[in-house]
Amino acid sequence: MGAVVALSTLLDAQQVWRGRAAPLPAGEQPTGWAALDDVLPAGGWPPAALSEILLPADGVGELRLVLPSLARLTQGGRTVVIVAPPYLPCVAGWQQQGVDMRRVDIVAAGDSDVAWAMEQCLRSGSCAAVLAWPRQADDRTLRRLQVAADHGQALAFAFRDRKHLPHASPAALRLELEAAPRAQVWVRKCRGGSVPAQPVPLGRALH
Amino acid sequence: MLWACIVLPHLALDGVLRRNPQTGPLVLVSGPVNARSIVSANREAREAGLHVGQRLSAAQALLTRFDAVPYDRDAVDRWHRFLAAVAYRYSSEVSLLPHAIVLEVSRSMGLFGPWPRLEAMLRADLAALGFRHRITAAPTPHAAYVLAGVSDGQAVLTPEAMRRALQGVPIAKSRLPALAAEALPGMGIRSLGQLLALPRDGLRRRFGAELLDVLDRLTGDLPAGLDAYRPPDVFDLRIELMHEVENIASLVFPLRRMTGDLAAYLAGRDGGVQRFTLRLEHRDGRVTEVPVGLLTPEREPGMLFELARGRLDQVQLPEPVLAMRLIARELPPFVPAGRDLFDDRPANALPIDQLRERLRARLGDRAVHQLDSTTDPRPERAQSIAGNPCRSGFSRDASQSASASKASRLKPLLQSIGPRPTWLLDRPIPLRGTEPRILAGPERLETGWWDGGEVCRDYYVVETSLGQYAWAFCAPGEQAGWMLQGWFA
Repeated sequence: MGAVVALSTLLDAQQVWRGRAAPLPAGEQPTGWAALDDVLPAGGWPPAALSEILLPADGVGELRLVLPSLARLTQGGRTVVIVAPPYLPCVAGWQQQGVDMRRVDIVAAGDSDVAWAMEQCLRSGSCAAVLAWPRQADDRTLRRLQVAADHGQALAFAFRDRKHLPHASPAALRLELEAAPRAQVWVRKCRGGSVPAQPVPLGRALH
Repeated sequence: MLWACIVLPHLALDGVLRRNPQTGPLVLVSGPVNARSIVSANREAREAGLHVGQRLSAAQALLTRFDAVPYDRDAVDRWHRFLAAVAYRYSSEVSLLPHAIVLEVSRSMGLFGPWPRLEAMLRADLAALGFRHRITAAPTPHAAYVLAGVSDGQAVLTPEAMRRALQGVPIAKSRLPALAAEALPGMGIRSLGQLLALPRDGLRRRFGAELLDVLDRLTGDLPAGLDAYRPPDVFDLRIELMHEVENIASLVFPLRRMTGDLAAYLAGRDGGVQRFTLRLEHRDGRVTEVPVGLLTPEREPGMLFELARGRLDQVQLPEPVLAMRLIARELPPFVPAGRDLFDDRPANALPIDQLRERLRARLGDRAVHQLDSTTDPRPERAQSIAGNPCRSGFSRDASQSASASKASRLKPLLQSIGPRPTWLLDRPIPLRGTEPRILAGPERLETGWWDGGEVCRDYYVVETSLGQYAWAFCAPGEQAGWMLQGWFA
């Protein structure tokens, strides 16, 4: 008989699966997509952790997924850093989604420096969220980013190609985006909860 | 009035030692080439029997291996002025005396605390910079100067205590004019107390008015008559390396010293530095310049060192370096970054400005930027790189209100235009693949006839066969020949 563990701590740590799901507390970092918040164990993005978003191609709605969060953070006066984006962020488009562009820093970095720059931003603790498009990222790199996000209490988003899906990843959350035949998002891994069996549909209003 | 006096007994030697922290015997020599003599010797050299005033040839007979560095009067002068700039941090009234600095501290104690704490701060600063020193305090600068010649750490805070302390000072150490200092012991006058007790008329007849003036300044009956020191507006520091240096790694130690000195100077001036130059000097006057530019004024020594090192690491040395020089001309006022009382960031967070500097140091000056919208509707010109990233801290309120009014102006404008994508291509490219499905549009943009960049396009939101939403345009009236402008990602 080992040490006695209070039942409530086990339940709070979400290590015990319960037949009837308890109502989840409101998340610290809601995604802005109610359907997605409902299925994620943290009620939103895992706070202070790396989230990996896997894409079939550019321009399938990956920014729409995170823009509500960025709008909320920048309007709260927090800084968001974008490292090595594949295209120019369009100011008018981001502003239409409510993002305060004065709080968005864009960092140009070569392929080999993306992970370094992202880690510095995460570790600094002065960024609320860091978005990056790492091309050369192996398991070790992602693990470093995960640790840095935890250290700096920041949201880290790594956007990668769908071909990385079979490889294991240290990210706390892995989402896979699908554009055709309909826009939806699959939760492929989420720390602290079971992976939902159904995809979450993603509305694509233009405004 | 309370004056602190910092006597620097080994100024020349400390200036040399701090740039090569080695432990072998080292002496400073001066004089004509055929009759060089020692003017200063470090502890190892003195233990080996070398002493000040000895001929260099005699020293060489005593000891086979030691370093002899020529005594450089200009360098000593420079260090003297540099330390005065450091002391300027503690008082606005700083003056230079031979081998010493005096500063008025009675008003500074209101800010820095009572004399023992202020003295400890001065000593910590000097020790960190590597200069040996003696510190005393007295109601007049000259008395403090005289007491510093006798003992270290003495503080007399009232005029009566000062008179008592001066009584026992021997004539030889009381810094009197040379004529009087020589003659007085022969007359049986051996201490300042005896001298001050003598009738003034007799002293004036024997030694002239000069001696009386010196004594009056000593006791405070005459004003001190010192020139106030003004810190220079340009920081210029040069370190000559002991050997030719061929790799950057060996420059790190002197660089740390130099940036530390720069930070000490800036703290004294209560300023920051925005731009400085590292000049690496090679043979025959050739130089390599390494400019270091910062987004906002900085003065934290660790930060300055890290940024300068980041720039230095990228330099390829064409030839060995003989000397290194740091020149800072732009020294704007320093505004510490403010933080909100209810800031929810982690306590050890690095300020965003320092993060930007760190990224710039490795990725290049233009690597970090923000985007701003312009009034031009053409997508290629609708946005530009913002001038200066929004500075956090005190200036934030002003810029925030200015930008807020701009944002409120822009809001109706943003609602009135059609949907804009979130990704923009550098320039439009043909949209390949099967015929796209039109979701919204057209929105006609027809402008630019006045500046040669005329466009007339119909913009549509289209969906590609892969499910991507694209912002594409074609010639007015046609729905073919799609050109891709951006993605609704």
